[in-house]
Amino acid sequence: MNTKSLPTNPETASQQQPQAPAKQPKRGSKLLQTILIPVLAVLTGFIIGAIVIALSNDAVIAAYRNFFHAPWAAVAATWNAIAQAYGALFYGSFGSITEIYHGLQSYIATGDSKAILKAIYPFAESLTAVTPYILAGLAVAVGFKCGLFNIGAEGQFGIGALCSAFVGYSLHGLPWYIHLPLALLAGAAGGALWGAIPGYLKGLTGAHEVVNTIMMNYISFLLSDWLLNGPMKARGFRPLTPVIDNSAMLPRFFPDPIRLNWGFILALVVAVAVYWFLFKTTVGFEIRAVGANPDGARYAGMNIVKNFVIAMTLSGALAGLAGATQVLGVDHWVGQGFSAGYGFDSIAIALLGQSHPLGVVLAAFLWGTLRSGATNMQLAAGVPIEIISIIQGLVIVFVAAPAVIRWIYRIRAIRTETTVLTRGWGK
Amino acid sequence: MPPVLELRGITKSFPGVLANDSIDLSVEKGKILALLGENGAGKTTLMNILYGLYKPDKGRILVNGEEVTIHGPNDAIARGIGMVHQHFMLIPVMTATENVMLGVEPIRNGIFLDKAKVAKRIREISKQYDLDVDPNAYIGDLPVGAQQRVEIIKVLYREADILILDEPTAVLTPQEVEGLFKVLRSLIAHGKSVIFITHKLKEVLAIADHITVLRSGRVVGVVEAKDASQEKLATMMVGRDVNLVVKKKLASPKEVVLSVKNLHVRDERQNITVSGASFEVHAGEVLGIAGVQGNGQTELVYALTGLAPMMSGEVSIAGRPVRHSTPRNILERGVAHIPEDRQRHGLILSFPVHDNMVLCTYYKRPYAKGPVLQQKVIIESAGKLVEQFDVRTPSVYVPASTLSGGNQQKVIVAREFSRPIKLLIASQPTRGLDVGSIEYIHSRIIEKRDEGTAVLLVSPELDEIIALSDRIAVMYKGQIVDIMPAAKVNRSYLGLLMAGVKPSEALEAAPANGKETEVERVF
Repeated sequence: MNTKSLPTNPETASQQQPQAPAKQPKRGSKLLQTILIPVLAVLTGFIIGAIVIALSNDAVIAAYRNFFHAPWAAVAATWNAIAQAYGALFYGSFGSITEIYHGLQSYIATGDSKAILKAIYPFAESLTAVTPYILAGLAVAVGFKCGLFNIGAEGQFGIGALCSAFVGYSLHGLPWYIHLPLALLAGAAGGALWGAIPGYLKGLTGAHEVVNTIMMNYISFLLSDWLLNGPMKARGFRPLTPVIDNSAMLPRFFPDPIRLNWGFILALVVAVAVYWFLFKTTVGFEIRAVGANPDGARYAGMNIVKNFVIAMTLSGALAGLAGATQVLGVDHWVGQGFSAGYGFDSIAIALLGQSHPLGVVLAAFLWGTLRSGATNMQLAAGVPIEIISIIQGLVIVFVAAPAVIRWIYRIRAIRTETTVLTRGWGK
Repeated sequence: MPPVLELRGITKSFPGVLANDSIDLSVEKGKILALLGENGAGKTTLMNILYGLYKPDKGRILVNGEEVTIHGPNDAIARGIGMVHQHFMLIPVMTATENVMLGVEPIRNGIFLDKAKVAKRIREISKQYDLDVDPNAYIGDLPVGAQQRVEIIKVLYREADILILDEPTAVLTPQEVEGLFKVLRSLIAHGKSVIFITHKLKEVLAIADHITVLRSGRVVGVVEAKDASQEKLATMMVGRDVNLVVKKKLASPKEVVLSVKNLHVRDERQNITVSGASFEVHAGEVLGIAGVQGNGQTELVYALTGLAPMMSGEVSIAGRPVRHSTPRNILERGVAHIPEDRQRHGLILSFPVHDNMVLCTYYKRPYAKGPVLQQKVIIESAGKLVEQFDVRTPSVYVPASTLSGGNQQKVIVAREFSRPIKLLIASQPTRGLDVGSIEYIHSRIIEKRDEGTAVLLVSPELDEIIALSDRIAVMYKGQIVDIMPAAKVNRSYLGLLMAGVKPSEALEAAPANGKETEVERVF
């Protein structure tokens, strides 16, 4: 390149002036960038979790007191503690392949299903735990896509559960193909209502959805306390609803105690449907446009208020459906404190899944398996369940603050648009 | 005597871009150096290096022949380098004095601010350099030209010897530009030196002593102003011959498409920003609305496109009244809108180019069947538009944010022009674009006019208005003060109207010979 000489001929000069030579990231690298941070966040969470496990292990501490005499013993003790904890966690989440193999062998040989059922129990239970996380995570993700922060998934989950339980135990004599869909719909409708109210308030008055969904959570908690102690209370002393009818239950795949049911399949189907809705329909296009740039959406003739209401209604319906599958597939009744943080965890899942339906499914999978493996980790390795909360918390911190991950792993930031999760007050 | 400021071989690269490529530059005492270049040529990067905001990869900075390293604005000021930014850094609710002393507040008796001392110094500076400013005036009450003078005083108060002015004329009326030039001349007469950053050729020739032209991060020419001509500079700046004139036939206006009568509009803060505007735009003509930014043009366009509600008045498009219409209602009547702020309104930056191409039509056939988007059709049609409108993009799949400003604007133009339209509302359609894109967009607008579209052009760039319009309206404080045929327009008369002088008085004040109809491109 003739860097110094002045171009005398305008013709050649214009040729050597390329329009910003391909500084844009390619499609593939954008995908990599999208999943890189969550994956590294999870990895880092586990590494720090390992350090915490080692530090809270008496044997490890004792070995380090003696570090200068037996350094390798200390290292070995550390390794053992971590391997034992994570091994137990893994076993609790997925079971063991050899056990499954032997179980299958004996089933084929003798027709005895006991061993195989025992072997697949951990994994089946993990999938059971994953189900509500998928649906509730999708709920929050749909909100994020429209620039709305639905903190109310917790309340919508609870209302959805109550509505589906009510349909489940109060109607009798219906065939399952009517009763079950009706109960599911009731759950979705209850959640939808709980989401639509803050959606309307946001659209019409500009009232911030964060505040209103939190308020709706309190209403939901106290309403369900009252219902469980009054109108919906089953006979007996404890604040529980009656058990739902068989015809309203989501069928299970295996005999007790494996609770894996059709709810899991339903959640996967819904995830595909949400993906289709968001990315392949005009309404989804509008929701994403409003979320990415409300001014631009308005300029293009989209109705912001309408989209806020649609997104919050859909979000609420998904959270309500999560509650419904939990009641109809797993618990078969509703008790106090039923929602148990599913709604709040779903915020973390939507964040980790980058608000994309596929990402949400993967994140829900991680969350569910961690939760379901944690019990075994405590029983087998003596590591407190809270370690899981620490790991999950760290993962969220890293996902929410990608700069930390970039700094740790020296990843250069590609200048892409950051997704807008939620917006400030008013306007 | 060595030059007061010298840059030698300054190189700065950002990931993927070489913003400055071994740039040499020198400023002599008592002279004005114009730094000329298109947007993206590297002017701002260079000045940010000089001001200590960026660290150069290579190169040396010499002040009065002595090599220095500048770590930040405070360092720059200590070396006598002061900067007047394009967007003023003033606090409107404070007085001129308070703004000037911000950051270097003198203290009296240990704890009290010594405002009187500052005010006294401001008066001295005012007198010395012909900078007319009332120290006790609140910034919010001052016209833009006076605010700029406060900025200059701020720099002089900090004892700067080298003043950098970044696009200082962008917000000024022609008369205010003259005033600024007077100040600059008095500054150099007192031994100060000035770096004047701009992309406007006429100003460069009017004020500068030396001209350094930048293109794509390199110095492509150093010339004396007295040896330069507009054509020569334009060619250097763009790298090829530039068509300085918009070629257009005489307009043949037909029926009224847009009629506005006594329109009033309030902005978000409930200030009345358009108060009784009335005008008509005919099919096949361009009506240009001239005016200094902030005289209600933005709100006028918002009201016409449904983005802001009208307070009162009558607007009709193609014979049908518009009242409480949503943006979509208005779009569907055949109105295209090139918005003033392309990143805020015109595009969804995170969306791929193909989705931005159907932003206003995505719900219609063939782009959607019922509620289902027809991705294939959308992508195909976007590919065609990209080709047809010469949008430089690696593909239609990349997010609009990765495109350069000119290409983003082309996406908007392609989208708006690709549907059948009767009225085009173009608000600052070439703001911040390079010459090539400006040329292109101007010719497309004239093409639309010739097809019989009514065009409402809003721009604070007088040159652009004169170049494109068939009739020119001047907007001042929310009102259309005069409408005149572009063919016999008089620049200084326009300038006076823009500054708020009444038409009758302006007619007297403006030189009578004024059939100055040079139709030029805007740089």
